[in-house]
Amino acid sequence: MYNKKVKDHFMNPRNVGKIKNPDGTGEIGNPKCGDVMHIEIKVEKGIIADVKFQTFGCAAAIASSSMVTEIVKGMTIEEAEKVTNQAVADALEGLPPEKMHCSNLAADALLKAIQEYKEKQK
Amino acid sequence: MKNNTVKSAEIKKIYMDHSATTQTDPAVVEAMLPYLTKFYGNPSALYSIAEESKKAIDRSRETIASFINASPSEIIFTSCGTESDNQAIISIARLKKEKGNHIITTSIEHHAVLHTCDYLQKEGFEVTFLPVDGYGRVSAEDLKKAIKPTTILITIMHANNEVGTLQDIKTLSSIAHKNGILFHTDAVQSIGKVPVDVVEMGVDMLSSSAHKLYGPKGVGFLYVKKGVPMKPFMHGGDQERKLRAGTENVASIVGYAKAIELAKNSYEAEAIRLRNLSRYFVEELDKAVPDVVFTGHPTDRTPGHVSCCFSYIEGESVLLMLDSLGICVSSGSACTARSLAASHVLLAMGIDVTIAQGSIRFTLGHENTKDDIDYVLKHLPGIVDKFRKMSPLYEK
Ligand SMILES: Cc1ncc(COP(=O)(O)O)c(C=O)c1O
Ligand code: FES
Repeated sequence: MYNKKVKDHFMNPRNVGKIKNPDGTGEIGNPKCGDVMHIEIKVEKGIIADVKFQTFGCAAAIASSSMVTEIVKGMTIEEAEKVTNQAVADALEGLPPEKMHCSNLAADALLKAIQEYKEKQK
Repeated sequence: MKNNTVKSAEIKKIYMDHSATTQTDPAVVEAMLPYLTKFYGNPSALYSIAEESKKAIDRSRETIASFINASPSEIIFTSCGTESDNQAIISIARLKKEKGNHIITTSIEHHAVLHTCDYLQKEGFEVTFLPVDGYGRVSAEDLKKAIKPTTILITIMHANNEVGTLQDIKTLSSIAHKNGILFHTDAVQSIGKVPVDVVEMGVDMLSSSAHKLYGPKGVGFLYVKKGVPMKPFMHGGDQERKLRAGTENVASIVGYAKAIELAKNSYEAEAIRLRNLSRYFVEELDKAVPDVVFTGHPTDRTPGHVSCCFSYIEGESVLLMLDSLGICVSSGSACTARSLAASHVLLAMGIDVTIAQGSIRFTLGHENTKDDIDYVLKHLPGIVDKFRKMSPLYEK
């Protein structure tokens, strides 16, 4: 059902956990629907220096969270903001159609964390 | 988190999904083969190889009928459990339309019954889906209250596929009969595991499927008590006393009877063995993993059936990790593993929807041993722990 890349990120997820004093946190989803994604970022000089996630969800949700953290680590905020759900799915070399919404969650949670960071800067 | 990959040499194959389907018993395969290679004649034909296939169907019907205390003429072979359920429910609905349009079932049926009832609802039938208690049992009182003058059929499953709970069919069917209502039961998950006697249970119709009891896939039967009307929904030849047209699946029917014959000789001892194994499994799992919610009735359930929810995590991830270790289990119902909704059975039992997302079902069978369980117990706590540490719902 899942390709090798998805399985790899699911079996060995990157960047799991929390950050001490994060600069931005974003949470999306609802346990009732079977998925909650929580992403935290640390920003240094406009660059995402660290990013961690926690996810309650299916394998696709875990793999997408892991992938999105890997993609944006080291990116500028401006670059990271532009990372789309499709980009996450593409980096995972595709997800089954009924699992596409899981990748949506990952990019959305990241965007929320970035928004929170930006709010704090004002 | 890294290095969770196991060396392939360590990987075993441990099948613990016997409620989804079973491996066809080698003796069953052997019994079937001559009816594919040698006696392949159409049972309706007149030459001798056809005569042999016709006789084989008759013998199979006798074996199966006697196992459930029915007469051979009360057995209609079908293509699967789903067809049997559809045939029973739709047939009665159509035939009894003049008397009424109300059907009673439960909220925990297999989709073969639930979706058939939904279909009839769209046609204008009224359906009551009875609630269940926390163990997944229907109450006789609720059934009595649901009965209306327009009720024409009550259909309640014998054993539930997701949580294993058995219903007191005898009590429920006697309520139906006191009110002059026909009673059907889906016994797909119970035949070959617990006693099934149509007279003792007092049912008018009963569905079964061979692949759940070490028989082949794609063959089932519907028991229809003598005198209960039936309307075919496959039209064509005169097979199955004109109730189910289509050339008989001879080899599978023979395999079905062989599976029943094997079950007849062994199921009681096997039930004791499986109950001991699952008791050990539950006790050890409960010790090894905190916050496990075991679902279904603790004792009134099919042998070897262990179902539970791991709080704070989602079932699919556990299932896939177990798969990477060669362990086959299911999450929720086998048929719904691809859909996103929590199991309708667990929700009907009042289990919190978040907890229900973490459901896993282990259904043990012939080839499972205590070693298999120990292998699962060795890996499962670490897997659950890994996903809990990853879960934003788990704060510890
Ligand atoms: C309770 C129940 N009813 C019906 C069915 C359907 O049987 P079949 O797969 O033979 O159509 C199943 C099998 O999943 C079942 O568990
Ligand atoms: S998180 Fe909902 S199905 Fe993937």
